[in-house]
Amino acid sequence: MKYVDEFRDPHKARVLVNAIGALVSKVPTTKSRPLQLMEVCGGHTHSIFRYGIEKLLPDAIELVHGPGCPVCVLPMGRVDDCLALAEQPNVIFTTFGDAMRVPGSKKNLLQAKADGADVRMVYSPMDALTLARQNPDKEVIFFGLGFETTMPSTALTVLQAERENIRNFALFCNHITIIPTVKAILDSPEVTLDGFLGPGHVSMVIGTAPYDFIARHYRKPIVIAGFEPLDILQSIWMVLKQLAERRCEVENQYQRVVPDAGNEQALAAVSTVFELREFFEWRGLGSIDHSGVRMRKEYARFDAERKFAVPNVKIADPKSCQCGEVLKGAIKPWQCKVFGRACTPETPLGALMVSSEGACAAYFNYGGVDLAKMLRVRMEETEAEHAR
Amino acid sequence: MRADEPHLFRRPRGKLRDTRITLAHGAGGKAMRDLIDDVFVGAFGNAWLAPLEDQARFSLAALAIGGDRLAFTTDSYVVDPLIFPGGDIGSLAVNGTINDLAVSGARPLYLSCGVIIEEGFDVELLRAIAQSMARTALAAGVQIVTGDTKVVQRGAADKLFINTTGIGVIPCGVEIAATRARVGDAIIVNGTLGDHGAAILAARKDLALSAPIESDCQPLHELVRAMLAACPDIHCLRDATRGGLATVLNELAQSSGVCMRIEEQRLPVRETVKGVCEILGLDPVYIANEGKLAAIVPGVAAMQVVEAMRALPCGRDAAVIGEVAAAPEGMVVLQTIFGGERVVDMLVGEQLPRIC
Repeated sequence: MKYVDEFRDPHKARVLVNAIGALVSKVPTTKSRPLQLMEVCGGHTHSIFRYGIEKLLPDAIELVHGPGCPVCVLPMGRVDDCLALAEQPNVIFTTFGDAMRVPGSKKNLLQAKADGADVRMVYSPMDALTLARQNPDKEVIFFGLGFETTMPSTALTVLQAERENIRNFALFCNHITIIPTVKAILDSPEVTLDGFLGPGHVSMVIGTAPYDFIARHYRKPIVIAGFEPLDILQSIWMVLKQLAERRCEVENQYQRVVPDAGNEQALAAVSTVFELREFFEWRGLGSIDHSGVRMRKEYARFDAERKFAVPNVKIADPKSCQCGEVLKGAIKPWQCKVFGRACTPETPLGALMVSSEGACAAYFNYGGVDLAKMLRVRMEETEAEHAR
Repeated sequence: MRADEPHLFRRPRGKLRDTRITLAHGAGGKAMRDLIDDVFVGAFGNAWLAPLEDQARFSLAALAIGGDRLAFTTDSYVVDPLIFPGGDIGSLAVNGTINDLAVSGARPLYLSCGVIIEEGFDVELLRAIAQSMARTALAAGVQIVTGDTKVVQRGAADKLFINTTGIGVIPCGVEIAATRARVGDAIIVNGTLGDHGAAILAARKDLALSAPIESDCQPLHELVRAMLAACPDIHCLRDATRGGLATVLNELAQSSGVCMRIEEQRLPVRETVKGVCEILGLDPVYIANEGKLAAIVPGVAAMQVVEAMRALPCGRDAAVIGEVAAAPEGMVVLQTIFGGERVVDMLVGEQLPRIC
């Protein structure tokens, strides 16, 4: 496939892997453990597993899979709010497909749909607006979800609804922003990360400047990375290069997509419609200050939280989940007590098992033969326990 | 006329004059009779169907000439949209059931056709779909010999659902079974993967994709016959429909207690299908096919089978994509283009809504 296969060339990958191997020995380190690099974005996690990149890397490098999967970090209480909205009479509740299976405290949207709620999968918020035009006697609610990547399209949809004076369209805003969360991770005491691969799609909107504090204040190198295997390998090489040369900078590997200044028009639409919330709850990480956005009061008539009764209940993460520790790189997914036992992609307990971009789901699905064997043994053990 | 063919029963044919299906067309009266006569009997036109008995009747002795076992299968078709590039629900309903018979090694003979129609359905479209079924059956050499028609209230079904049941005869000596994959066997497919699912996705207006992809909807029984002629000892055959290649290989690996090792580089996938998958974040190995099979054959016979397949249009792109190994038991392992390995597991749920 043109413009894609070029970034998946196994021979070039081999060259990069060799270069990484040569460079890693030059990185000055005082630690007895491997270098820890965090890929912030779930898209990277998915690629890393799909192409088996972890196995290509030298043992001296460990990838830590960050919090950048918006579906995964959605707290249970917010899913319950979605269900409450969807189950109101005369409502068409629209959502991206991957949010359908996220578990609430009792059920997910797929089950609510089966129970009679009018839940529909859309591929863009504009599709939800079209539904609103087509169904003037119904209230159409769009479940807005995601980082700065999806925020502009939601904002533009609200602006379009305003222009057309569409009264039966509302947004249930769950958009979140990655920077405060990266900061929260860097501030937590158990973290020993050495560098970052920055999110490519988010940066396409926000540009490179918002990451400056990571390099300047926390003295960690960060390279904004594309999503193809060669992008990821090159970005790892660039982080190592900085470490070897004792530099801490924000570098942009994904220049073919990410302009350093970001996308001004997208940012303008976002700041017209949204403002920061004081705090937002993340599954696995808890409440993080200024990590979510809500609609400005000028757009209150499109705000599902103001237009409808939203229960807004807080539901604690299951105690057995160790998602937070996995997210911070303190443990690997399979070291979690419930991984592959109580928590599987079929019955996810924790955030990271929910979407294919979550670190645990990625390990579970693509984890390779050894992991599969281990899981089978575990499953048999569990069955044996039940039998007893 | 063949020995088991009943005599034609002459009676005046009903004629349907309405433009839309109403509940009356399912009520058992004259309107229903007109619909069945005009749309279905008219299209399928054969001596078994014409008398409109409640059942088709066959001579057992005539069936027994073709082999020593019957193959019997059923499948329901709810595809949306009803017409898509490369086929429609009618051709799909005929070929799909033919293929379910064919992968047992059977020669498909007779089909039933049950339709559930939503009130308000366009009669011309129904006629076109019935004619498509008839053409597909004729091309494949099978007969549609019995049927049923129901009309349900608007909203109680989505436009049109079709169920087809099929009967075929398995020749003596053919022993195709999911439990027979052995270490060292070759894994073969007959062509590009994911065409049907990708065509359906691209045909959906809500996705606004304009990819020139056609469904691979096609009958496979002639291909299977050619494969059996090249190697009578084919171990396993599966029609890779819903869940795609990944799902059938997982089923075979589990039934036979072996590992299916496949190589990403050898999987035939069209560029356009790769493109659709790339945009939507899907994996071609999980995408539905409607004219593709996976075969497990003894390693020594692999090239012979592939050559026999390539001689037919529906096997032109046939390829060996991997090998059966001993461990890890019950799993499908894919070697990535990077030389890494990953487990290709069963999907947890539906990757996509209703595509076959």
